[in-house]
Amino acid sequence: MNRSIVLAAALLSTLAAAGFTAAQAKPVKYKLPEETATFKPGTNREAVMNNCTACHSADYIQTQPRGPKFKKDFWQAEVTKMIKVYGAPIDDADVGKIVEYLTENY
Amino acid sequence: MIDRRRLLAGSATAIATLGTGSIFSSISAFAKNASAKDVTLPFENGERPMVKYPQKRPMIGLTQRPPQLETPFSVFNEGVITPNDAFFVRYHLADIPLEIDPDKFSVDIKGKVDKPMKLSLADIKKMPAIEIVAVNQCSGNSRGLFNPRVAGGQLANGAMGNARWKGVPLKAVLDKAGVQAGAKQVVFGGMDGPVSDKTPDFAKALDLDHARDGEVMLAYSMNGENLPMLNGFPLRLVVPGYYGTYWVKHLNEINVIDSVYDNFWMKTAYRIPDNDCNCVDPGTAPKATIPINHFTIRSFITNLADGAKVKAGETRLKGIAFDGGSGIKEVAVSIDGGKTWLPTKLGKDLGKYSFREWHTAVKLPAGAHDIKVRATGNNGKTQPMEALWNPAGYLRNVVETVHVTAA
Repeated sequence: MNRSIVLAAALLSTLAAAGFTAAQAKPVKYKLPEETATFKPGTNREAVMNNCTACHSADYIQTQPRGPKFKKDFWQAEVTKMIKVYGAPIDDADVGKIVEYLTENY
Repeated sequence: MIDRRRLLAGSATAIATLGTGSIFSSISAFAKNASAKDVTLPFENGERPMVKYPQKRPMIGLTQRPPQLETPFSVFNEGVITPNDAFFVRYHLADIPLEIDPDKFSVDIKGKVDKPMKLSLADIKKMPAIEIVAVNQCSGNSRGLFNPRVAGGQLANGAMGNARWKGVPLKAVLDKAGVQAGAKQVVFGGMDGPVSDKTPDFAKALDLDHARDGEVMLAYSMNGENLPMLNGFPLRLVVPGYYGTYWVKHLNEINVIDSVYDNFWMKTAYRIPDNDCNCVDPGTAPKATIPINHFTIRSFITNLADGAKVKAGETRLKGIAFDGGSGIKEVAVSIDGGKTWLPTKLGKDLGKYSFREWHTAVKLPAGAHDIKVRATGNNGKTQPMEALWNPAGYLRNVVETVHVTAA
């Protein structure tokens, strides 16, 4: 246990004894753990990093089904969905690179 | 089994939350829990990290941004209520609220109402409260088990949970504002939103009659505590018997409309085949679709994992069952692959929207056994022996099988 936590806990019990009710009065802040998911190394990884990671982490791709049915057509459909449905601002020139990278590496 | 390391890690978290949470009102992350092992879910490419988030015990990490966390299945054997720190997390869009002042939080009630109003959390807590024990289940729960596989969040069976929700009926709030003649639906929006303004914001709609059924509620408490941040603090919609997509988190907008809401999340996503089984032949597309709605009926064995080894002789079986709100009438088990079925005893009834515990004992001779469990609802519906399929990977409710070896 670190020292500031001990002090904080001690202060809390003092406040509680004095009849204060802490919490509620202040905003509740939440800190997400640091993002660790990454894209595999490979050709055109840059295009994926530039176009996909603004909206979601790499594990969205990592966890999709694998196998022969989940190759080029599958990734083409996913990239098209990201553009048409979710409004991803992906340059036409990058679409092919992204599909190629995903097909190759996932 | 109590894991001592987890116990220690858990108490450290509790102290940290007490210290920082109470004095500074902030909830900060601990580093990835060193004691938690990574897991492999029972489908191809099912390797997942166990991750530690503030207010949560180690959970199965599906995605990091936005966060999606699956409940380890063993939690469902601990009790019929799913603890807040083990409750699954599902967001769609990455701009999620990370700082909320409950004293400044309010919900806008607007649209086709006589008196548009803003209700603060304090206003809502002053209204007469109701409590309902209800299951929340992600539409895509168990999607990873679909065959053939489909795109989307690849979950095993842990994107569900059962909690005691406390709050106010949506009906009371709508009555306060005065719904106007001609109103058709109520649209719900939360504080979470898209990163890009070109992405459709997440909002869901219910028909007015459903919204006013007295059970759909605005919940501010979950199992006697504030909602965890990732489960919608400080207020979320609870739609008993309906899939989680309608349970809008961080609820701050209620809009009464005189049309059928047709945003992406209602009109295109979260649709199921419009036929009796809500299913199609694997790999085909439905002719017509409707918005996903009630849960299908499901049941699980929770005290024996697939592949478990038990002593030959009497074996205790225990588990849970639930449906879309008719309530569980009976749960049967089979130890001969589904040829014959044996009754079980149901546990305490916490209401028709809750998990219902069941238990029994069976005699298992030495050898391999396929133990199956099947629930029947008060509405007469039961579970299919073969999995039904739909392109989005929703509604899974096949009779579950646990393979056990007795020796």
